Amino acid sequence: MSVIIIMLIGSLLVAGGFLFAFLWCVKDGQYDDAYSPAHRILFDDINTTTKK
Amino acid sequence: MSVDSNLKLSCYHCGEDCKDTSIQLQDKTFCCDGCKLVFEILNENELCAFYDINKNPGISQKIKVRPDKFAFLDDTSIQQKLIQFSDETQTHVTFYLPQMHCSSCLWLLENIYKINKGVVSSKVNFENKEVFIIFNNNTTSLRKVVETLTQIGYEPHISLHALDTSTVKKSDNKRIYKVGIAGFCFANVMMMSFPEYFVADGVVEANIRATLSYIIVAFSIPVLLYCADEFFILAWKGIKHKFLNIDAPIALAIAITFGRSIYEIFSHTGPGYLDSMCGIVFFMLLGRILQDRTYQSISFDRDYKSFFPIAVNVIKEDKIIPTALYQLKKGDLIQIYNNELVPADGILSKGKAQIDYSFVSGESIPVSKDIGEIIYAGGKQMAGLIELLVVKDVSQSYLTNLWNKDAFQQKEDSNASFIHVISKYFTVIVLGIATIAAAYWLYKGQYTLMWNTITTVLIVACPCALLLSATFTNGNILRILSKNKFYLRHPDVIENITKINQLVFDKTGTLTQQNKTKVSYNGQALSANEQKNIASLLSQSTHPLSKAILEELQINKISEVQNFKVHVGKGIEGWIEDKHYKIGAYDFVYASSELSNTGSAVHIMIDNIWIGQYKIIHNYRYGFNRLMEVLKAQYSIAVVSGDNDAEKNKLKEILGNDADLLFYQKPDDKLNYIQHLQNIQHKNVMMIGDGLNDAGALKTSNVGVAVSENSNNFSPACDAILDASQFSNLDKFIAYAKSGKKIILISFVLSIFYNVVGLFFAVQGTLSPLIAAILMPCSSITIILTTYGMSEWAAWKIGLETKYDKSHV
Repeated sequence: MSVIIIMLIGSLLVAGGFLFAFLWCVKDGQYDDAYSPAHRILFDDINTTTKK
Repeated sequence: MSVDSNLKLSCYHCGEDCKDTSIQLQDKTFCCDGCKLVFEILNENELCAFYDINKNPGISQKIKVRPDKFAFLDDTSIQQKLIQFSDETQTHVTFYLPQMHCSSCLWLLENIYKINKGVVSSKVNFENKEVFIIFNNNTTSLRKVVETLTQIGYEPHISLHALDTSTVKKSDNKRIYKVGIAGFCFANVMMMSFPEYFVADGVVEANIRATLSYIIVAFSIPVLLYCADEFFILAWKGIKHKFLNIDAPIALAIAITFGRSIYEIFSHTGPGYLDSMCGIVFFMLLGRILQDRTYQSISFDRDYKSFFPIAVNVIKEDKIIPTALYQLKKGDLIQIYNNELVPADGILSKGKAQIDYSFVSGESIPVSKDIGEIIYAGGKQMAGLIELLVVKDVSQSYLTNLWNKDAFQQKEDSNASFIHVISKYFTVIVLGIATIAAAYWLYKGQYTLMWNTITTVLIVACPCALLLSATFTNGNILRILSKNKFYLRHPDVIENITKINQLVFDKTGTLTQQNKTKVSYNGQALSANEQKNIASLLSQSTHPLSKAILEELQINKISEVQNFKVHVGKGIEGWIEDKHYKIGAYDFVYASSELSNTGSAVHIMIDNIWIGQYKIIHNYRYGFNRLMEVLKAQYSIAVVSGDNDAEKNKLKEILGNDADLLFYQKPDDKLNYIQHLQNIQHKNVMMIGDGLNDAGALKTSNVGVAVSENSNNFSPACDAILDASQFSNLDKFIAYAKSGKKIILISFVLSIFYNVVGLFFAVQGTLSPLIAAILMPCSSITIILTTYGMSEWAAWKIGLETKYDKSHV
């Protein structure tokens, strides 16, 4: 029986971790601007190719 | 006459058509010197990748910014209002850049440190069209940063409004937290309820069962106290105002569900309904988030302050001092530059004024003012530098007074949305059923069963299905409308649109296109040389009609004009190649033409012989005729315009004889007209306008729609913003909003089916948590799918865009 309780606690910890991660993302502003980061990631290439 | 259409050249920087190839650099052609200059700056700083990311990504630089426009940013008191943080070395500031439109902009703005070495870092928030800049105050200044941005085409929008409300737009993160937590609790509670539902008694040990129940209780407490708090708050607000809104029965149901479940769990009589409670709270919050999603880069609450400049140059003892507008006093002498807005009523003391009041009054043609005449705030100077003696404070000027009128302050009355009305009947009926069932069990003497029945009926009676139908439908409608560039301020606007039966249009800028006039020529054929000479003479004049004709002629090279004379309000004359040219109004030119004198016509006379006339016709928006054809069949239509009645006959032809056509209407008149329609004729009015002159009418009307050439541009306070390019689809938008109500009702009727099943068990006192746990998600998901499917289908049927269009971001 106790193994179920341990499993339960384990699963709650994992789920809690995800909840925490989600709240953290919201607080950090990851959902405020969905456009810039998606495009920003492409610019690294440009910066290196144009610098000769 | 014009450049061959096959050889159209577009500007390397902004993509606009180039008139010729005169402005070139490194085999690239530009439309104007401004664009070339930006290219040079970028080229110097090795930022030409800007042009590789997107084709012609720049912003047209045809309108130049005067060099010391931002001198006021050296003023510390203004600086303090703009700056977020500052210490000895660094300053943090956020600018709103409405020009931002593509990934090239994003890239360039984040590489701005290469142009201005004082910038430490810059970060773009594309959806808010904002850039957050950290700069070193020892090597650069706020003014220099703004000037750098302006130089490359991103002039920050700095307005009085921004100064007043220094608070950043409050984000609705709280709702997202709530949904996150509710979803988390719902999923876990659901999972922990499984053993209760699916495992026969005795298999799960009693202590595990108990542990699970206590964890469930622990999870549902934050859902009740934190996530669901808005239902209780809104319900309480409604009751305080003696208005039974939909939140009241929902709050009651949540409270009863929780209370009964707690009782069952702690008295070991059952597992409770906490999983259903968490689930319904989660779905309802989700619906509300979808419905209340805001458009971050669009503001619906602009007042005159957003339109005014932040500072003006005051002349004091021969010195020019940039002064913040709120510090401007009566008796100050101020300078107004070309193309700038007059911020306060004043008397013209120096210079030549051509004031464009189109924004304030709707008149399309600028008025010239002489020294000593009063110029009202809100007018735009069109002809060079002038000086004004301020006679009224900014807050007391004519325009501002108009704004402060009662009608503008008017609070919207508590909207008795049909959702609240239905929910009221729904609740009353269900309460009736609960009473009857309870009375029956009381009569039978089954007290436990009686309590059981009352509570379970109330749990089932929650009109959450109705709330879900409404929020999910509204959310999807708002989403689809915004994809079609029709942005609503609030979901309630959808319902207001369904009620309208009268449409009132403004003319200038709404029905007609701003700054776009059609020029047609009547008379003798002009030789190329004559055209060139006419253009030469016109280019000396600043009058908008001259400019409109010049644009049509598309001639750059000009010949020399001698003895050039301007007759204010009449026309111009001059000698070119030994010929006398006279261009202007009918009576000025003294023409004996049989042509009618309607509209704005410019007559041409060469050596005292009437040659012909240019007729300037306001260009009606694309699809105008079709739109009116559709709308006039369904609604009464009126046009109220501040302009003259030159277009009356044409409008009459299109709109029919029933339409009210009013001209020479002041902003007040427009407002009164709307009120007249509402109060005397009991009409529900949709006002469609654009400028400040419509602001009062927009606000009083039941639905105020502002037409905007560019949704990031500045439109007055309103309920909805319609992108000018979508003007011809207005009938479709109205039809679509109307379909929304049907969708809500259909999905609600569907959900009632689940309620009936629930009630069937509840009145017998046998609503087991398992049945509740199956019914709740089933009905929620049915509603979500029906509303989504039906609203997409309705949009498709009406012919609206439903797919996500990346290009317009």
